[in-house]
Amino acid sequence: MKAILVLLLLIFSAGSLVAQVRNEVLIKNATVLTAARGTLENTDILIRDGKIARIGKNLTAGGGAKTIDASGKFVTPGIIDAHSHAMMDAINEGTLSVTSMTRIRDVLNPTDIAIYRALAGGVTAANLLHGSANAIGGQNTMVKFKYGKPVEDFVIADAPSGIKFAMGENPKRSSQSAQPGQTLRYPRTRMGTLEVIRDAFVRARDYKQSWDDFRAKKTNVRPRRDLELEPMVEILEGKRLVHAHGYRSDEHLNLLMLADEFGFRVATLQHGLEAYKIAPEIARRGTGVSIFADSWSYKLEAYDSIPYTGYILWKNGVLVSINSDSNERIRRLNLDAAKMMKYGGVPEEDALKMVTLNPAKQMGIDKRTGSIEQGKDADIAIWTAHPFSVYSRVDMTLIEGDVYFDRAMDIQKRSEMLKEREALEKMDINKAPGSGGTPPRIPTEKRFEHQHEAEDVDGDNR
Amino acid sequence: MRFLIFNFRFAIVRMVVAILVSCTASAIVFAQSDGSQQNKTGRAGTFAITNARIVTVSGAVIENGTVVIQDGRITAVGASVTVPTNAEKIDGKGLSVYPGLIDAGTNMGLAEITQGANATVDLTEIGTMNANAKAITAVNPHSSHVNVTRVNGITTVQSSPAGGLIAGQSALINLNGSTQADMAVLSTSALVINFPRVATFGGFNPQAAPPVDFNDAVKRRDTQIEELKKIFTNAENYARAKEAYLKDKSLTNPATDLKLAAMVPYIRGQRPVIFTAERERDIRAVIKFVTEMKLKGVIMGGQEAWRAAADLKKNDIAVVYTNIYTLPVRDDDAYDYLFEAPAKLQQAGVRFAIGTGDNGAEVRDLPYHAGLAGAFGLSKEDALKSVTLYPAQILGVSDTLGSIEVGKQANVVVTDGDILEPRTNIKYLFIGGRLLPLTSRHTELFDSFKDRKESRTPIP
Repeated sequence: MKAILVLLLLIFSAGSLVAQVRNEVLIKNATVLTAARGTLENTDILIRDGKIARIGKNLTAGGGAKTIDASGKFVTPGIIDAHSHAMMDAINEGTLSVTSMTRIRDVLNPTDIAIYRALAGGVTAANLLHGSANAIGGQNTMVKFKYGKPVEDFVIADAPSGIKFAMGENPKRSSQSAQPGQTLRYPRTRMGTLEVIRDAFVRARDYKQSWDDFRAKKTNVRPRRDLELEPMVEILEGKRLVHAHGYRSDEHLNLLMLADEFGFRVATLQHGLEAYKIAPEIARRGTGVSIFADSWSYKLEAYDSIPYTGYILWKNGVLVSINSDSNERIRRLNLDAAKMMKYGGVPEEDALKMVTLNPAKQMGIDKRTGSIEQGKDADIAIWTAHPFSVYSRVDMTLIEGDVYFDRAMDIQKRSEMLKEREALEKMDINKAPGSGGTPPRIPTEKRFEHQHEAEDVDGDNR
Repeated sequence: MRFLIFNFRFAIVRMVVAILVSCTASAIVFAQSDGSQQNKTGRAGTFAITNARIVTVSGAVIENGTVVIQDGRITAVGASVTVPTNAEKIDGKGLSVYPGLIDAGTNMGLAEITQGANATVDLTEIGTMNANAKAITAVNPHSSHVNVTRVNGITTVQSSPAGGLIAGQSALINLNGSTQADMAVLSTSALVINFPRVATFGGFNPQAAPPVDFNDAVKRRDTQIEELKKIFTNAENYARAKEAYLKDKSLTNPATDLKLAAMVPYIRGQRPVIFTAERERDIRAVIKFVTEMKLKGVIMGGQEAWRAAADLKKNDIAVVYTNIYTLPVRDDDAYDYLFEAPAKLQQAGVRFAIGTGDNGAEVRDLPYHAGLAGAFGLSKEDALKSVTLYPAQILGVSDTLGSIEVGKQANVVVTDGDILEPRTNIKYLFIGGRLLPLTSRHTELFDSFKDRKESRTPIP
């Protein structure tokens, strides 16, 4: 009996040993910027089953583990973008002023090349937000950029739900002129925008009451489900995070006071270009702010934006993240974080946190990602130099221990892809007319993200 | 209540008196300085930056040296330099001295706020042919972009008009001055032509503007080039008729045509013509046009210029590359396709500069555009040259700008590190030998709000 038990134990442990070896990655001799516990020189990171198992010196892995020599290189947590529209087949449902029923989860395109380019900038996760065409937009989705995997694998299942709000020029549609015969959409002013939001919460409160009454058997009439108000009730119950697009400090404050009135906390002010003007008010409420590092002057409400916003908010104790809101800018968020040291003097680790741990905290996923700590997901970027140096480049990006970007591999594949492209270009159907080919007269339309619907003329959602 | 109002009024009167008094006081202070707007245009003088690392750009780095600035020029550079006795000394220990950065690809001062404030936008004139439109007449010397840009070490920019076929003439300006004349390095630095493209894309609304057949697009492009050539011929004919009349007054004096007259120095190759072009086939078409018309050609944009590198080099056509902060166009382009392009131009021996291509607000990122090219194949030295000496050479001003050399205009930046790095701080800034305060709209707003405390007065 005892012998059998020992045998079973042996088999079991041998089995698990094999499994462990298969799933181990060892990063050797790196300078590790942990974004939690300072910088560690000549340090190894052992990854097991997608998690950071150990951080230390002279670590060893089991046979068959993938070893990455990171001598002379810098390792950071994967960068997290707190505001992105990458891999979204639609951005704005702008026909109504409240579209809380819509879900970004339903329009994800896992083959968007923007994902790969973001990985090449060390980005591993993003908050995919509805656009800012309306006062209350759709439900956002947190994803990891697992390029090449099915879309289900992208979604961070245990991330808290959220929703997009918007204030200012975009929801009031200042830059959109009505087509002949088209009616204008309410609201057209900042006054109206706030009232749209207030009205939605009043309706949500009544709706919640009707369900509470039904559940308490005060009535036998079961309320009709309302997909617009359900997410609003979740906000009132503290179960859904509000990410509110806005620029001017007065409109931020209006929303914060409205949230006080209805008893919920705004999770993040998105953009917050004038948030520095009301930093103490934001800090007191525990609201986070996700800023552009230094964009300004591209529209009227961005004219008072300053690159010191991050510093002033940080000094006031506000949880600050830096976002891109752009498939181009997402590739260089490391440099945006570096600018926080220049403008005001945010310390290095706190600046790094603004693109790693802080966005993770704002989105409620910091238990699993955002810093290099034992037990967290192995979401990691490996850089050729300090990531705050303009001369640094990403060598490798890992998500949960799997390599999703490898520059050496990328370069190796280029000649192969070039050959494939040349072969495709030689095909009859792809030749230019007049050069002997017979392609379709009208080429298939290539749809860009900004072409999807009339509402998108609201701009690039900045 | 009435009493309160009266008191309030009295307070205002007192305030006005106080302001008047302080204004008189500050007027005296200004009179004691050089009389200009002290805070905006800085002060002249003789300055010596000592014990500094001098990155001359044109020559070797001087690890510990002195730069003397006098009468707006650099008058001495070297490891052992005699400092004039009247010089104001700046201790450069631990600091580096660079020439001011130059961005040849901007629309600085022509657009303050592009969205929602059309009245501040002077980028694009009506019509296709506006050779006489001069950026220098619309550049706003008091644009808030000017100070924000220069405090990051960019001292000189070329500002170009946009729109139409012939957009107008660019200006090369120093980022300091109360008037356009104060700012101008070259009031007319180049003629900007938006070179006709092979464009199959109809528009964002395919019903209104369907995609165009490729052959038709080529034909349309060729027709537009013929129209452009006709303008060139007209301008040449106009110039000859004018010249003939000046020699022989018995001939008819042709009516003055401002647009054609503006073309003359450019069609005769005396000044550079900038062609905006990105794709290889459009760039090759520009090369053909430039050689046929015997122009001094410059490509602006130049995404795929490296693909035509041999031809560009052969015909000495320079490139102002403005696509570092741009996404590759095709899905299957390498992710670093546009980061690598400057290195490829350099390897092929094409003259090039790196520019931001920005309206103004983000021109201050110029060092990072160059630095990113440095991360993808370009040497650090060439990355620096691509925003200093190279643009000066392309614009024909390398005798006065682009490096730390004796005799050059004193556009000098003193930093605490590599000027292309985002963590580096600018410590001193000189433009035309004037020491400028490191203030901008941003620092002013920062100072106004950095220490603000909450006032918890509820809205009644």
